[in-house]
Amino acid sequence: MSQMTDEQIKAYWSRNVSLMVKLLAVWFVVSFGFGIILVDVLNQFQIGGYKLGFWFAQQGSIYCFVVLIFVYTSRMAALDREFNVEED
Amino acid sequence: MDLQTLTYLFVGTTFSIYIAIAIWARAGSTKDFYVAGGGVHPVANGMATAADWMSAASFISMAGMISFMGYGGSVFLMGWTGGFVLLAMLLAPYLRKYGKFTVPEFIGDRYYSKTARVVAVICLIICSVTYVIGQMKGIGVAFSRFLEVEYTTGLLIGMCIVFFYSVLGGMKGITYTQIAQFCVLILAYTIPAIFISLNLTGNPLPQLGLGSTMNGSETYLLDRLDQVVMDLGFNQYTTDVRLSGINMFAYTMSLMIGTAGLPHVIIRFFTVPKVRDARSSAGWALVFIAILYTTAPAVAAMARLNLIDTIEPTKGEYLVYDERPQWFKNWETTGLLQFEDKNADGRIQYSNDAASNEMVKVDNDIMVLANPEIAKLPNWVIALVAAGGLAAALSTAAGLLLAIASSISHDLLKGMIAPNITEKQELNASRIAMAFAIAGAGYLGYNPPDFAAGTVALAFGLAASSIFPALMMGIFSKTINREGAIAGMIAGIGVTLFYVFQHKGIMFVASTAFLGDMEPNWFLGIEPNAFGVVGGVVNFSVAIVVSRLTGAVPAKVQELVEHIRIPMGASTAQDH
Repeated sequence: MSQMTDEQIKAYWSRNVSLMVKLLAVWFVVSFGFGIILVDVLNQFQIGGYKLGFWFAQQGSIYCFVVLIFVYTSRMAALDREFNVEED
Repeated sequence: MDLQTLTYLFVGTTFSIYIAIAIWARAGSTKDFYVAGGGVHPVANGMATAADWMSAASFISMAGMISFMGYGGSVFLMGWTGGFVLLAMLLAPYLRKYGKFTVPEFIGDRYYSKTARVVAVICLIICSVTYVIGQMKGIGVAFSRFLEVEYTTGLLIGMCIVFFYSVLGGMKGITYTQIAQFCVLILAYTIPAIFISLNLTGNPLPQLGLGSTMNGSETYLLDRLDQVVMDLGFNQYTTDVRLSGINMFAYTMSLMIGTAGLPHVIIRFFTVPKVRDARSSAGWALVFIAILYTTAPAVAAMARLNLIDTIEPTKGEYLVYDERPQWFKNWETTGLLQFEDKNADGRIQYSNDAASNEMVKVDNDIMVLANPEIAKLPNWVIALVAAGGLAAALSTAAGLLLAIASSISHDLLKGMIAPNITEKQELNASRIAMAFAIAGAGYLGYNPPDFAAGTVALAFGLAASSIFPALMMGIFSKTINREGAIAGMIAGIGVTLFYVFQHKGIMFVASTAFLGDMEPNWFLGIEPNAFGVVGGVVNFSVAIVVSRLTGAVPAKVQELVEHIRIPMGASTAQDH
């Protein structure tokens, strides 16, 4: 860490936090948004035999969660490389 | 082969595997014992975390709860998976970077206070002990139903197995047995689900089967289920809200932040080699968990449909009690299923009307355990479910016991009472602490206290209102100080316990429910199990206000926070 300037440390952290905030916004929308708050609206649509809101609550949100973590992992790996803060 | 022999064979084989792994993976150092040497591959750790996380409640009870709650049961599905997103982004990588052995250790260092560490140890022990009682009961029930041994004998056998691999191998032994247990439990869960989905819809993937049409008909399975439950007087399955939208919101959020704050899950991320492994490992854990969690709603809906179709094969034609199938008789003897012939016609009427309903008890747990029998699946599938249920309970119990034992030997003994003991002495102490934890958990499983029923929910409420906020603020804020953190944790737990006990009695002794004149769920219509999020908000607010009013965080601690935010240099931080 010694070779990083204070500005670099700040820049790295704020890029991390802004990525996190974006992904957590998606996390919130697919579960609390589509699965709970907007469930009645989405239930007017169907995918196969599923009402859409019900599908988000019992299936879709979980798939999105998995994708979100892997997006975070790969974006953070790129950020670590850019700032040269990888562990090895 | 008959069911009994097959069950002994399956359970016996899986148990031999666990013991073989225990002998192979003995712990040689405290680092082995607490964090499995720190060299577990992220995918392997993901699998172990999945087994650690998915308890008897996930395996046995969850699908049953969804089965009877319909859409309202979504709170468990979203709540118990969404927490891993928080864990991956807010906690796991930073705590891994910090590179120590226990959760209270981080809280103690970050808030430069032994008091904070002790408060964290107390929170951890309450969470983990309440949670482990449920696992012990699960082990006892699975043995007594499937192997027809006494509940106590079953409990003792389970304790011996856990004792063997966790005392010998610590986290190292637990990690590798959890990987084996994950394989057993996921096969045991998905195989019956695939059979049932094929039977009902012709689609082998339960996740798709749930959205398909019924075999030989144009009607969607969910539409038919909605229809039959409404005919019986229940609410529509796919829209049945749990109390209110606000309550479902709070319940889901409480389970999510509770999940992220449970110490036995967090310490699993201390076992991977690097910070980026901690991130990806959370993703892998969720992949493995999602296999079960996306199957569960299909199991729930299909089991409900099968149950109703068994009792009322054609509309208005109820099953004759004397012609009931064998599984019905088996579960009647356990008391989990009860029939009362109210109109004395010898037939089983099932409805939502308390006056005429004759299925006076259908326990949630039956829906998974009896599901293969209800769907008339072969005996080996039923035997596999027994082994899977045991794997789920054992793997979670071991993880919890390790969290308890390490906080006693590492945080209390080495951290406070006797800092000068050698590593070898500490390793022995942690083995002794583990043995006592197992004995204590076994005793509580044998003799469950009154509060056992409400306990798992309490564990989530406590983790959500105490540990999660303290950890998150410790990483994301440099201004939260010792006074703020301690006051926040105590206020968060206090509010949560107050609400729960006000409803259910102090330590769940009903007669001590105080303020009984208040209406139930009086705060915004939120039920006590969903209150952790409110406690969490209180914790955050109190910590921020108190920190503003008291002193600044020492420069050295601010440096520590900077240090954990950057992946580089993890290996040096690991020195003890």
